[in-house]
Amino acid sequence: MNQAKLYTKDLHLHYGEIHALKGVSMEFPARFVTALIGPSGCGKSTCLKTLNRMNDTVPGVKITGKVLLDGEDVYAKNVDVPTLRKKIGMVFQSPNPFPMSVYDNVAYGPRVHGLKNRLALDEIVEESLKAAAIWEEVKDRLKKPALRLSGGQQQRLCIARALATKPEILLMDEPTSALDPISTAKIEELAVELKKEYGIVIVTHNMQQAARISDYTAFFLLGNLVEHGPTSDIFSNPKEKRTEDYISGRFG
Amino acid sequence: MPELSVSISSITAKKRRPQEALLYGFIYLLSGGAAALVVCLIVYVLAKGLPAVSFAFLSSAENPILETVGIFPSIVNTLYIVFFSLLVSVPLGVGGAIYLNEYAKNRRLVRLIEFAAETLSGIPSILYGVFGYVFFCVLLKLQVSLIAGVLTLAVMVLPILLRTAQEALKAVPESYREGSRGLGAAKWYLIRTILLPCALKGILTGILLSVGRMVGESAALLLVAGGSAMYMPQGSVFAQLSRSGSTLSVALYRYAASRGDNDTAFGIAAVLLLIVVLLNLLTRFFAGRLEKK
Ligand SMILES: Nc1ncnc2c1ncn2[C@@H]1O[C@H](COP(=O)(O)OP(=O)(O)O)[C@@H](O)[C@H]1O
Ligand SMILES: [Mg+2]
Repeated sequence: MNQAKLYTKDLHLHYGEIHALKGVSMEFPARFVTALIGPSGCGKSTCLKTLNRMNDTVPGVKITGKVLLDGEDVYAKNVDVPTLRKKIGMVFQSPNPFPMSVYDNVAYGPRVHGLKNRLALDEIVEESLKAAAIWEEVKDRLKKPALRLSGGQQQRLCIARALATKPEILLMDEPTSALDPISTAKIEELAVELKKEYGIVIVTHNMQQAARISDYTAFFLLGNLVEHGPTSDIFSNPKEKRTEDYISGRFG
Repeated sequence: MPELSVSISSITAKKRRPQEALLYGFIYLLSGGAAALVVCLIVYVLAKGLPAVSFAFLSSAENPILETVGIFPSIVNTLYIVFFSLLVSVPLGVGGAIYLNEYAKNRRLVRLIEFAAETLSGIPSILYGVFGYVFFCVLLKLQVSLIAGVLTLAVMVLPILLRTAQEALKAVPESYREGSRGLGAAKWYLIRTILLPCALKGILTGILLSVGRMVGESAALLLVAGGSAMYMPQGSVFAQLSRSGSTLSVALYRYAASRGDNDTAFGIAAVLLLIVVLLNLLTRFFAGRLEKK
């Protein structure tokens, strides 16, 4: 019996003809950062999206195998997808705050799930913005349009927005690829801070980033999970030749 | 080395080449000409039309016995037709666009409908008139009436509304949809909170275009709603809609074409112009109000 918070078992995914995931079995423990690395198109984003069912409405998609959250099959018929996404939040590659105020962005998730009470919302908004380390920068402009923030601030706002539904796991798909080095450093710091309370899964094409912030690393190649283990092992002592080649920069 | 100096001198050159000057002159001439044409037209219509506009002209009906003219019924008919047609066609057009863009799975069918809507928004309005006459007036037994006019024009502007709303929805970034879905929002919630507010401007543009077409429509309406301007509005709205009557454009056409009464025709044209401006401002005002919210 697997005790991990979230894990996949022999997960296969086809986009029509494309076999994007070929039997992925791995775990995503709570309170740790798991990094997914690998060359472009190897299935990292696909794997991430499969965890909160963000790609099961893609036309022609076929998913087999299992994803289990707290021992429950995420793909079971009786699963309430909104609740699943409340538990497994997501941050996207380029910052995508909604065209509304900073406050309304953060309150969006709680409102989706039926919270209307003004005071409770105020509290969640403040808490989430603090947790995403952006409160100080926006506390005087909560009613201002979120699209006026800088790119780095927008991404932290998106993290705050994801945290506002009080998830247990946070999925991040290359969250810093569109950001400058300083904003990137802030988000990395944040990820390390957030793992005290959340399980974090981060896709990155930046190996240094994976080495800096993750506890576990999984290396993907052409839809296969090649190697998965503690980050220090993967980087200092990979078992597979292909992992070593990738990490030492021989391809990808 | 010589190449370098050449390229630098061409960057810093201050003189415009003669062809370029010519081109700019041509562009200014054209845009100036277009603007002047519009201004002339408006001034001409107002100058020729406003003398005919009096309180009696605006507030009474035509009386063939006393031989007085009045356009009050036509003003009311115009507003009725515009308002009720929009009441029918906007929900259908916007709802249809939402369905096609956000729900429909069959891409082939969607493309077919898009193609049909595009074709339909370009066909001459008299075809809608013939269709409206056969379908609404005869088949549905609505006879020649304002309600038949309302429905015919609703059908006529539906493709415009559908296409503009669809384009507006397509312009909303996919990342908003993803973000909303990722927070567990249902589709309808996404539509209500993000897609419709974002698409509002495009939808309003479609409404403005439609209003323009309806206000300017004459041939189709003459066929399905009749040309009379003799009856002062009375009774319930429903009773008024089930009578026949002319809008301003139809009245204009009749005065100008069948009676050669150009003074009245220009008077109507002036009023029509003012109403279009007013409707435009009104739509913009609502757009501004909604955008702030
Ligand atoms: N929505 C989709 N429809 C069809 N194919 C897709 C879709 N998304 C991804 N793919 C394909 O699946 C493979 C894995 O893609 P992805 O998971 O985005 O890779 P990565 O994130 O590692 O760059 C690629 O070959 C890609 O072209
Ligand atoms: Mg990716």
